[in-house]
Amino acid sequence: MSTATIAAETEPIEVVAGTRSQSAFARFTRAILRNRKASAGTVILLILVLLAIFPGVIARDDPEAAIYGQNLGPSAQHLLGTTQLGQDVFSQLIWGTRLTLIVTVVVSALATVISMVIGVSAAYIGGLTDRSLSLLTDIFLIIPTLPLLIVLASYLPPGSVTMIVVLTLTSWAFQARQLRSQGLSLRARDFLSAAKVRGERTSYIIFVEIIPTMTSLIVASFLGLSVFVVGFAAGLQFLGLGNSTELTWGTMLYYAQQGGALEAGNAWWALAPGAAVAFMGAGFALVNYAFDEIGNPALRPVRKRRARTTA
Amino acid sequence: MISTPATVADDNVLLRTTGLTRHFRLGGLLSRRMLHAVDDLDMVIHEREIVALVGESGSGKTTVARLLAMIYPPTRGDILYRGRSVHKLHSRKDVLWYRGEVPMVFQDPYSAMNPVFRVAHGVMRNLKLHRRDLDGAQQREEAERVFDIVGLNPAADMLRKFPYEMSGGQRQRVGFAQALAVRPKLILADEPVSMLDVSIRAGILNMMARLRAEEETSILYITHDIASARYVADRIIVMYAGHAVEQGPTEVVLSRPKHPYTRLLLSAVPDPREKAVPVSADSGEPPRVIDPGEGCRFRQRCPYAIDKCATVTPLPRPMGPAHDAACHVAVPDVVDGDEAGTAGEWRRTPAPADQSLFG
Amino acid sequence: MPEPLLEVENLSVSYLTDTADIRAVEKVNLSVQAGEFLGIVGESGCGKSTLLFAIAQLLSPPAEVTSGRVVFRGQDLVRLTDNELRLVRWRDYSVVMQSAMNALNPMKSIGAQFKDTMRAHERVSANAIRTRSAEVLHLVGIDATHLESYPHQLSGGMRQRAMIAMALLFTPQLVIMDEPTSALDVVAQRSLMTQIKELQQKLGFAVMFVTHDMSVIANYSDRLMVMYAGQVAEIGATRSIFERPLHPYSKGLLDAFPSVRGPRRPLTGIPGSPPDLGRPPTGCRFHPRCSEVMTQCLTTEPELFSVEATEVRCLLYADSAEPAVAR
Repeated sequence: MSTATIAAETEPIEVVAGTRSQSAFARFTRAILRNRKASAGTVILLILVLLAIFPGVIARDDPEAAIYGQNLGPSAQHLLGTTQLGQDVFSQLIWGTRLTLIVTVVVSALATVISMVIGVSAAYIGGLTDRSLSLLTDIFLIIPTLPLLIVLASYLPPGSVTMIVVLTLTSWAFQARQLRSQGLSLRARDFLSAAKVRGERTSYIIFVEIIPTMTSLIVASFLGLSVFVVGFAAGLQFLGLGNSTELTWGTMLYYAQQGGALEAGNAWWALAPGAAVAFMGAGFALVNYAFDEIGNPALRPVRKRRARTTA
Repeated sequence: MISTPATVADDNVLLRTTGLTRHFRLGGLLSRRMLHAVDDLDMVIHEREIVALVGESGSGKTTVARLLAMIYPPTRGDILYRGRSVHKLHSRKDVLWYRGEVPMVFQDPYSAMNPVFRVAHGVMRNLKLHRRDLDGAQQREEAERVFDIVGLNPAADMLRKFPYEMSGGQRQRVGFAQALAVRPKLILADEPVSMLDVSIRAGILNMMARLRAEEETSILYITHDIASARYVADRIIVMYAGHAVEQGPTEVVLSRPKHPYTRLLLSAVPDPREKAVPVSADSGEPPRVIDPGEGCRFRQRCPYAIDKCATVTPLPRPMGPAHDAACHVAVPDVVDGDEAGTAGEWRRTPAPADQSLFG
Repeated sequence: MPEPLLEVENLSVSYLTDTADIRAVEKVNLSVQAGEFLGIVGESGCGKSTLLFAIAQLLSPPAEVTSGRVVFRGQDLVRLTDNELRLVRWRDYSVVMQSAMNALNPMKSIGAQFKDTMRAHERVSANAIRTRSAEVLHLVGIDATHLESYPHQLSGGMRQRAMIAMALLFTPQLVIMDEPTSALDVVAQRSLMTQIKELQQKLGFAVMFVTHDMSVIANYSDRLMVMYAGQVAEIGATRSIFERPLHPYSKGLLDAFPSVRGPRRPLTGIPGSPPDLGRPPTGCRFHPRCSEVMTQCLTTEPELFSVEATEVRCLLYADSAEPAVAR
């Protein structure tokens, strides 16, 4: 045991009181609670998740049951009225949350993972790999999304799985470019050279050293993408490209349009799913804004505090 | 091409470079312009020795560090570590062997550690990769031991900290601890104190000297600060525009500098304890060496330049025992009536004053 | 003794954040005479840059001047409006920043930036601008053809000299410099310092030079101020401080420099690190790291005491000296 110790430095600068060796998760949770936008967004998303898991708690009626009066307006028994076939709109809305949320989250997650792997690998490995992956990314970026979606959706069996596949394929490319840019800026960081010099393999460096430092960007990508996907999925289903036997807010819009909701006197049948889509999008968007602010203190709202000025 | 280094006794040579060269292509794939970062560098590092590689930015010293760390391969020339050519090592086993003996400490303590992990991360990874002889508990013990050596106490608490909780000086000590974890023979220290406050540098420099004495490690100390080089290094290599212009034992080179650039550097170093030495009105700066021709790269700034300097690239010539300079006009010392350099073999011995400074 | 050009009285600057009030500068007093070269030295976190920004009126939220005055030629700069400030800025005092690459616009030529600067402060004809721009470049030893160059085409040293030229456009009486040599190599640094001194002697302006590296200004400044943890630790004639540093921190700083030419001696440095300015130590802020600490240092905050012509904030001098007269 060597006795060659040097006078150790005393306690280092305490940067922020009370954050001794806290994990990233703990700090993150505190940050969310302190930020108003994040709190609001989180509440919205929590509500939606709960509705997706326990729809029966709020909506007693069976959404599929076509037993009520047709095209009724809002009333005490039917908060949002009924459909052309006599189904309770409110129940449909609540029960539709589940599949809508699942499709959105799965697409966003898959697209984010793909874009992450491709983007960061391109940035870190560089050279020919970078060029090929970037070319691939560019191809997917250039392909016109809507026509591709329509074509694919027409040929593949209609349904959520198709929707997921198709939406994932068309949305990963944008994120990949962003993540590649971020990856490029990280390349110069010494801790990556340090990892290489100590003998780590490239795959280790990408997955253990680079990607964890990009978590906030990855989560932000995921959230931003979700805002987009929830609307896009609904739009496609509205066009009839989804599986009309599945219950989602998009298919509700499809049926509402088919059933002439606006003319028949139950505008809520058309408006409610649209509002719900906006609501879910807002939830993701609010949490996304908050992420930016947490990650970058310069964006935080400036709350001016006047100290007492003595002459 | 090699003069004195070749006559140095080979028994305790750790690393030797011959004709080490690295060029970078400027512009796109089709460009022909080449940046000559390092050209024809011959140098030697022995066991238990601190060698300072001194130069300003653009001198090539950082490129040398990267070449030795196998971050990229040389354009030409060779690096021999314990007799084996480093860039011919391809198998994972061989590469890991080298990396386990020649680790690197980086300049910027704020960017050299991954902010997501606790500071133990780098040390533990080094142990997992290079000290397979130890089991988990022993690795943990070893991590604490190296933290103790570098002065981060209490080691167990320090290991659990995140980088943002540590000061720059402490992070730099972590960098050295990581290097020590592999039981290195040679530490490549790339400007380890440049980004630290002056009052903290002394501690790190003293630590480096002790590592040489007690852990028996050699250190390649890369710096632009010639004063700190003088403080810790046994030998010094001065680089300018990609060339080694002078090398030799520290005290010899600094008391009897032969190359005009070394003299310029020495006269320009500010020392708060003495009055300013008047400096010749030199307002030049090191050039970016793009497609240079023959000739000395210092000639535009050199007050002693002659015609030959523009046409013939000067090669290192012996100036004294183990001391050479690449200059056409430099005049060697005369030793014992013999022409310097023919006075037998030189064996590296530290000057007696060296050891006493560090207790 | 004539009126000082610049007088800073009891200046305090804080960073007001959600979590803490960081008192970066605490009741600093200093004065600069016409034509004087004042060096301000301190390590990271001592508040020297904040002080400089506060004096130059360049602070932005969350940093704020919480007390004190900055009296420049009779006017308190802190209390001036933006319009009034514009009249004074650049004409009577100017600022040279740390990194020319950050301060210069990479998209505009040097000449264009000089023009922008001149137009912002005065109505001048294009001809006058050209003449003056060439003049100031010549002053710093740059050929006037470089008016057309872009910043990236110049070397580091030249860029820094161009910054100094820009600061001299209106021949101000005070030039404030924030570590202008830290990005330069030793030789370029020496050359720049020599240049600054020559210009100062030729044009007669005062200089306030902030740096973390004492040795840079050792041979150029008339007076030196050592800062620690937001306060003035020691202030006096440069040579006095170098030959006989009074404050243990100044002593420690000087001892931390390895010497190139003198005899080799062991370096000790200063153990520990600078304090958290949100929660500074009680009593003397330096006491946790001080080799000459006494019991009263933990509880009593030292004033500035006068020892001959030097002022030092240290209880070691409390008895033998008189407290410096509060200005």
